[in-house]
This record gives sequence, C-alpha cells and structure tokens, in this order.
Amino acid sequence: MPTVSVKRELLFQALGRSYTDEEFDELCFEFGLELDEITSEKDIISKEKGEEKAKGASDVVLYKIDVPANRYDLLCLEGLVRGLQVFKERINLPRFEKIIPAEGEGQRLIITEQTAQIRPHAVAAVLRNITFTKDRYDSFIDLQEKLHQNICRKRALVAIGTHDLDTITGPFTYTAKAPSEIKFKPLSQSQEYTASQIMDLYRTDSHLRHYLHLIENKPRYPVIYDSNGVVLSMPPIINGEHSKIRLNTRNVFIECTGTDITKAKIVLDTVVTMFSEYCEKPFTVEAVEVVCPNGKTHIYPELAYRTEKVKPEYINKKVGISESPSSLAKLLTRMCLKSHVTGNGNHIEIEIPPTRADIIHACDIVEDAAIAYGYNNIQMVIPKTYTIANQLPLNKFTELLRVDLAAAGFTEALTFALCSQEDIADKLRTDISATKAVRIANPKTAEFQVARTTLLPGLLKTIAANRKMPLPLKLFEISDVVVKDPNTDVGARNYRHLCAIYYNKSPGFEIIHGLLDRVMQVLEVPPNEENGYTIKAAEG
Amino acid sequence: MAPTTLRTGLYATPKMAPAARRFAGAVRHFRSAGLISGHGAQRGGAAPAAAGPARRSRGALQPRGWPPQLGVDHQTLVGAVKSLQALGEVIEAEARTATRWELSAEGEEVLRDGSPEVRLFRSIPEEGLPQGEAVKLPGGSLGFSKAMANKWVRLDKGAAGGPRVLRAVPSVQDTVQEHLGQVRAGGSLPERERAELKRRKLLLEVTLKSYWIRKGSAFSTAVARPETELTPEMIATGSWRQLPFKPYNFSSLGLPPNCGHLHPLLKVRSELRQIFLEMGFTEMPTENFVESSFWNFDALFQPQQHPARDQHDTFFLLDPAEAPQLPPGYSSKVKKVHSQGGYGSQGYRYEWKVEEARKNLLRTHTTSASARALFQLARQEKFTPVKYFSIDRVFRNESLDATHLAEFHQVEGLVADRGLTLGHLMGILRQFFTKLGISQLRFKPAYNPYTEPSMEVFSYHEGLKKWVEVGNSGVFRPELLLPMGLPENVSVIAWGLSLERPTMIKYGINNIRELVGHRVNLQMVYDSPMCRLDV
Repeated sequence: MPTVSVKRELLFQALGRSYTDEEFDELCFEFGLELDEITSEKDIISKEKGEEKAKGASDVVLYKIDVPANRYDLLCLEGLVRGLQVFKERINLPRFEKIIPAEGEGQRLIITEQTAQIRPHAVAAVLRNITFTKDRYDSFIDLQEKLHQNICRKRALVAIGTHDLDTITGPFTYTAKAPSEIKFKPLSQSQEYTASQIMDLYRTDSHLRHYLHLIENKPRYPVIYDSNGVVLSMPPIINGEHSKIRLNTRNVFIECTGTDITKAKIVLDTVVTMFSEYCEKPFTVEAVEVVCPNGKTHIYPELAYRTEKVKPEYINKKVGISESPSSLAKLLTRMCLKSHVTGNGNHIEIEIPPTRADIIHACDIVEDAAIAYGYNNIQMVIPKTYTIANQLPLNKFTELLRVDLAAAGFTEALTFALCSQEDIADKLRTDISATKAVRIANPKTAEFQVARTTLLPGLLKTIAANRKMPLPLKLFEISDVVVKDPNTDVGARNYRHLCAIYYNKSPGFEIIHGLLDRVMQVLEVPPNEENGYTIKAAEG
Repeated sequence: MAPTTLRTGLYATPKMAPAARRFAGAVRHFRSAGLISGHGAQRGGAAPAAAGPARRSRGALQPRGWPPQLGVDHQTLVGAVKSLQALGEVIEAEARTATRWELSAEGEEVLRDGSPEVRLFRSIPEEGLPQGEAVKLPGGSLGFSKAMANKWVRLDKGAAGGPRVLRAVPSVQDTVQEHLGQVRAGGSLPERERAELKRRKLLLEVTLKSYWIRKGSAFSTAVARPETELTPEMIATGSWRQLPFKPYNFSSLGLPPNCGHLHPLLKVRSELRQIFLEMGFTEMPTENFVESSFWNFDALFQPQQHPARDQHDTFFLLDPAEAPQLPPGYSSKVKKVHSQGGYGSQGYRYEWKVEEARKNLLRTHTTSASARALFQLARQEKFTPVKYFSIDRVFRNESLDATHLAEFHQVEGLVADRGLTLGHLMGILRQFFTKLGISQLRFKPAYNPYTEPSMEVFSYHEGLKKWVEVGNSGVFRPELLLPMGLPENVSVIAWGLSLERPTMIKYGINNIRELVGHRVNLQMVYDSPMCRLDV
C-alpha cells in the first residue's frame, strides 16, 4: 500500500479547516485511507540516523497516509484534498479539459521504430502557465516518484519525464540508440557523459541503480531529443540537466514512455489532472500530438470521460441497503463519480472521470456507493445459506491421530515446510537427485532452497534448538511434504507424513517402536505379515 | 556450596534424614538456640574469623567463635538445620546474610611486614643503588613501581654504571599497613581506600550466610520423625493410632505427570476448524503448496504486472518451473477478461501471457485453493449454495522479523449463494469473530485485486487501546466468478486472516520464531494452556 506524506498544516489549509488527529484519523478510516503515522522530518531522521543528525531538520508535522494501491488519484496532497473535499461535499469535482492547439502550433512527439525492441510506447502533454511554489514543486516531484514505485512498477512499465518547455524546441523525437552514441549532461551533474558512462555513474546510486537493469543489456537505449538535438531524457533512467524544471518554470512538457500503453495513459492522465490545478486556466491541459512509427497520430492526454449505467436495485442488492435512486446518485457523486438518475428512476448514469482508472466494472461503483453510505452504517445480516459441514477426510484423520500421539506422551512440533537442500539430502546421507524435491528459484537465504521431502530434519533441528530441556524429548509432527509429480496439473504434490523422534541418553529403540505399535493399534492394523504391518531393517 | 543444599532442603526428602540423625548430637550442642554460619567468600572462602563471648539477645543465643568449635563441616550443619526444619516446628531458622571485609593472605603479610613500597623505600641506602639491584630488595619490582608512582623514589638514568634508584623524599608513612590494621581491628575504611585495597587483592569481601535459630513451638530435644505415609502395616497393627503424621505441604507443587502436548498454534487451528464446522462450513482441499501463477493470481483477476507477482514477494520454482497443464477452456476465458475485459468489465487491457500464468510458485495465499474449489462448484450441473473454509500454509518471500516468517497459516472462509450482500458479509464476520472472542468490530474500505467491495476488519484492542486489523474480506469480483461459469446472480463473500496473529495474542508471544519452526521453545509448548477463544 503506497504511503503519502503531507504537511499537516498545508493539508488543513487546503481542506479549509483543521481537525484534531483523532478526527482526521476517523475521516481517513471512513474514506478507506489509513492515517499511518504522525511524524516530522526531524523525527524520521532521528529514528533512522540518530538524534545528532536530526539537529536543524524541520519539525513541521507530517501525516503519513496509506492509500489503496489502485487509487492513483490520491497519491499527492492535491488529489487527497480533492477527494476528501468532494466526499464532504465542499466542492464539486473539477472538469478536466484538453485544449488542442491550432494546426501547426502544438507540440509533437515522433516515435521512431527503433524503440519497438525496448520501450515502444510514449505519450505526452503540456501544462501551460503553471505557477509552482516550493511545496507544489515538491509535491509534483513526489507524485512522480509515487507513480514510479506503484503503477509504473519501478519504471518497468512506465517512466515519467517532466521538462521546462521553454528550454527546448519541438518537435521531439523518441528513439533508441546505441549507448555510445548517446551523450548528454544528466540531471544534477556538471558534465556530459555517454550513456555507457551514465550507467557506470549510477551503478552505486542508492536510488537509480535499481532501474539500470531495465535497459542495461539492450543494444540500444531509449532517448528523447528536441529538434536541436538536446537530450530531454534517457528513459527510464534519468532526465537531462538542460530541461530541468525549476520553481520559476512556467510551461511543463510531460512525457511518459513505457512498455504498457494503458498504464502510460493512466500515468499521464494522473499527473496532468493533479497539477493542471496550478495552471493559469485551472484544470486545462494542452494536448500533444504523438506520431507512431506507422505514421498514425494520437492526441494525448486522453482525459477520457466514460459513462456507465447501473440499476439502483443492483447497488442496493449488492450492498444490502435500500436507498432511493437519487440518494444513490448523491452518494456516488461524493466519490468523484458524478451521477444522476435517468429513465424514470430505473437507471443511474455515472460519469467515470479520467482520475478514476480503477473503476472497471459496476462492482467498483457498488463499492463507492457503499463507502459513501458508510460501511459501518450497513445493517449486518446473517446469510440464510443452509449447508451441512463436512471435514476433509485427511484433516479429520490428522486431528484424531495427533491427539492420540499426544496421549502417548509425545509432544507436537511444528516445523517449516521450506529448508536447505543439505537438510533433506547431504545431512541425511541421501543424494538430492533421489529426493524428487521441489526447488525454489529465488531464495533469499539457504533456508529456503527446497520444500521438504521428509519431516525428519525439522524434528532434528527442533531437538538441536532445545538441548537445554530436560530429557527425554519425545516429539512428533503430522504435516505435509512436497515431491515432484508430473501427473498433477502443477507438476508436484503434497503428501501427509507422520514423523516421531525419541531423544535421550540411551537409544531406546523400543520406545519409538512402541509408539509405532500404538499408532497401528489405534488404526486397527495388526502386527503380522498377511494383512498388517511389519518392520524391516533399512538399507544403508 | 550452599545453594545446592538449600534447594534440596526445600523438599526435605528422606535422603536428608540419615545426615540429620548422624548429627543430631552435634545439633544438640546448640541447646536451645544457635547460629550456624556459612561463608561464601569470593575467592575460595576464608574461614569466618569473628570471635568473642556469646551473649543473649531477644531470647535467642548468638554464639560467637564457632562452628570451628563444633568441628563440624558447614554444609553438614546446614543439612542438619534443614532436617530439623523438616520435622515441623522444632526449631525456627531465619536465614541471614551479611558481608564483611577480611584480609587476604597477602594482606596478612602486609599487615605483618609493611607494604612492598615501604619495604623497598626503607631498603634503599642514602647513596641509592642500581635499578637492577633495587628490584631484588624486599618489596621487589611491585614495591619499586608503587614507590615510583608515589614519587617516593626517583630514577637517575644518567648515573655512571646504569640507571640508579635514589630516595626522593626523606621519609614515608605506610598507610596501606595502617588501613589493613584498621580492618583487622574491625574498623571501617572510606570507600575509596577500601576499593584500592580490594583492587590490590589485599582485602576480600566475604559473604556470610547464617541461620538465626530459635526454639520452635514444638521444640524438643528428643527428635521424633513424624510418619510421612500411611502403610498397610500401620493399619494392620493399628499403630497409626499412636503415630504422629507429617502434614502435607500444600504450598509446594505436586509431581508433574509425564505427558505429551499439542502445539499451541495447532490448538488454535483445531479451535478455528471447530468454529467453522459449528457454522456449517465445509473444508476445502488445500494439499498443494506448489501452485501455478494461473490459480494463484490469474484466476483471481490479479494482473500479470501486479507487484505481488514480483520476485521480491513470491517464491517461484526452479523445478518444476512450469505447470504442465492449465484448464484449457477456462484459461482462455481468463486471458480474455484480463486483456480485453468482458462480463461488464473493462479488463486491464494488457497483453496476457500464458508463460507468465504457467510459472510455478509456492502459493502466496489459500485463495488459490478457494479459486479451485469455486471452479469445481461451477462445473456442477446445478449450482448449490456452499460455505467453505480452509486453514493451511502459505509462503511469502518477505524479509523476516519478529512477526513475519517466510511461511505462515492462512485461515479463509467463503459463502457462495444467490443474493449475498455486503451486509451479509459483515453479519457472518460478526458471528465468526464473536466465536473468536472478538466482539467489537468495525470495517474499513480497502483494496484487494480480487474482491470488490473490499473491507478490512478492525477490532478494538483493550490492551493497546486502539483499533487493530484482524482480518481482510470482500465480495469476489465478477471477473473472477463469471469466467468460471458460476451463474450471474451468485455472489461469493469471503474473508481471511492469519492463524499466527490470534495465536500470538492468545498465548502472549512476541517473537514468532518462538512459536513456529524448529527454534520453538518447547517449554512454552509444554506450558501452553488449552485454547478457549471465547472466554
């Protein structure tokens, strides 16, 4: 769940009133947010690096707010405030307008076919006559970072670049070139580097090194030029210093490149709907023409409004309430879904704004109605569903057997299903290939290399960890092991095993033998060759 | 030493009796009262050296100058007292400890002959002598370095014939010897001087353990041991009528029975199974830790670029890396709903890849098993309402800490029926959590990829004085149910929680490693109470 941190004072200023921390926490809860932490920069630094380092840091109160992972429109102060103000019916959701410049006057972004192999999609937009302040600027940068970490999947799907349009000249070209052919001064650097040098430069950068792998081994790197050959950015790694946004920047060129066009459009829509608020003509965005390698042109941002029709009784039935159509329309409008009743009250027409990319089905609309109604105002009802319960035979058997084993004086252990390869092979003097063990591709440590094929290592390790306990130790476990099996749909299956162990100063084989006899006795298996059980010496 | 004796003494077992008898005579030397002194010197144990005439105080005798007088070993004496105590109210013995300072063997030497530095100083002639000879004088090199530190002597490095030691002051006073003398005389020293002498190992701190003994209410010089057990012979002969019996000691614990134990987490599992069964829920099969991405994610309408499908969060398999089979017709419907939408959905509009769906993993939730169970339900000729539950292991490739392990148990419940509402979900959650002993609930809007609406379940925690999350829940998305072939008007309400969390709260465990895995604390398993969640 993404966490957005906002200055409390700025938040209350924008909300037009102040709240106690408890009141704001309550409001968040109701709306589906979580006021995770109340802190300050000073607190954060002091916690991470010690009090000494925190000296002089700001003690302005920060709210850290957890936002649902699909609500990209709430990832910055601007969006949070808009969402809450509409929810509280203090404002109406603004209508976002795309302004298409006259023929030949707008910006163009031309995509060359070289991008196809690495990062084929690009979309762009312009924010005109914007006024930044320090806080707005910080929020603008922060939103991009939040989007990068979430919907953009750490820049793999989409990467955002924002530029001072007055420092560059269109039309812009999005292409891909060999690393040695790309040379520019990256953001916050004082000299030019080639793309290969840039990769070396950021190999140890705590932030950027995580993105290098996205293009590193590709023959060509993505790059955006202006008409004079100035590099805007080398997505998804870094922008150029030349077109850097400053506090006094008035016109912003925003480009999003990526491997998923749907997500790129959502990201662009999100950035412009959040920050067009600060344009001279608020909530307007200047469109950019994007020319694809096949010659087709598209106008971005999409800023698409979509209309859905939902029957009021559908919402009522799914939530378990009985609201009038007009009341439901009002509830939805409070969730940024402008709605009205149509057709003699048979339908509610709902307008999905470009900020609500998360609404993809009527069930999403139902949820918003329920949130606005208040989850905790819904009448709780026990379902009338009448069913007879059945236990899974294997689990029922396990439950019965473990009680009998405890009654026989053994103590139940609960060990991990994952272990090292050594645990199930070398240490048991078995070859790993003979185990048919399932192997894990990406274990963080040796403890998670394989799924166990036997319960014995877990019990032995339990004893090793409890050597301070008085003897004897008598342990058992009934649990699943996993082995490969090509006849199942996933290629592996579980088996339920029973393992018991007796640990004392003298071997006492007869004790573990006696337990086996007892288990067989309760299972009604007699100790004979014909129709019962026998034990034999094992090889090795 | 003493502690062992004290521990066995607690139970006053018959083993002690012979010792008690053997030394009954010695004990009688106390007559009516006495003091048994013990010692726990820090090094080895110097003999207690206090001496002087006994004097009466508060009706008890405080003898001085023994046990050396008795010629009895200290341990033996302590055993004797314990035995007498075990007889009942014959004596009252009050344990006392005192610390005192004593001279070490070296300290005794200094008291007799003077400190090394003084002895050295006094041995140096007026004209001094070479350093090599000085350190051979009485007091030796220790005395030399001390005398140097005190600036009593000086070293003339330029003297003919090598460095020469000369007196630096006309005379010195042996304060070390004087201080030791004060301690010996029973006087006290300022803390600083005492610490210095202790550091030089001239003084030792001695802990003196002793018993203050008085006549008890049943004091007798004729020791009669009361019987501890009624025997068949006593009954046959009738001797039990005359014999004194020792009363039972109700303040000590009885003998613990030899028994096996169930694991606390699995006791909670049993209790939760019981709760589900009481509520009419049928158990789902969950016996596959290995799952395909298809059932774990795709079938649940979790897009292929979802962060949970990242290497950082999920254990993928090297072998078998891919699932050999995906359900043919159904998987193409899943592909379509992801990439193009349908069933009233916009879909996620991305290129769905079958290779991604085939990737095997260790299931990250048991909801994959729920998906399989619902798929089977959809294949029934006629839909019948169901209530299902499961409790089993799931795996996360997460960073581990005191509350997170790479594997844990998930508890999941679901109801599939026509016309189920969010109100029904809340109603059944209230019933379920009430049985868990959690009655104060409230619900927070949340986001899950496969449920809509989604609700986090919070309960008021009396200890923490705040609302804490106890579970997650929601209504399964139509994009999940309809491709399976379930009827359009069927809703599925579901909820999940971990088994570990309520167990840790129930049993007051802070570190999950003490509960699950081989580093379990077996004593905790032995001691854990039965699991009754609703009381």
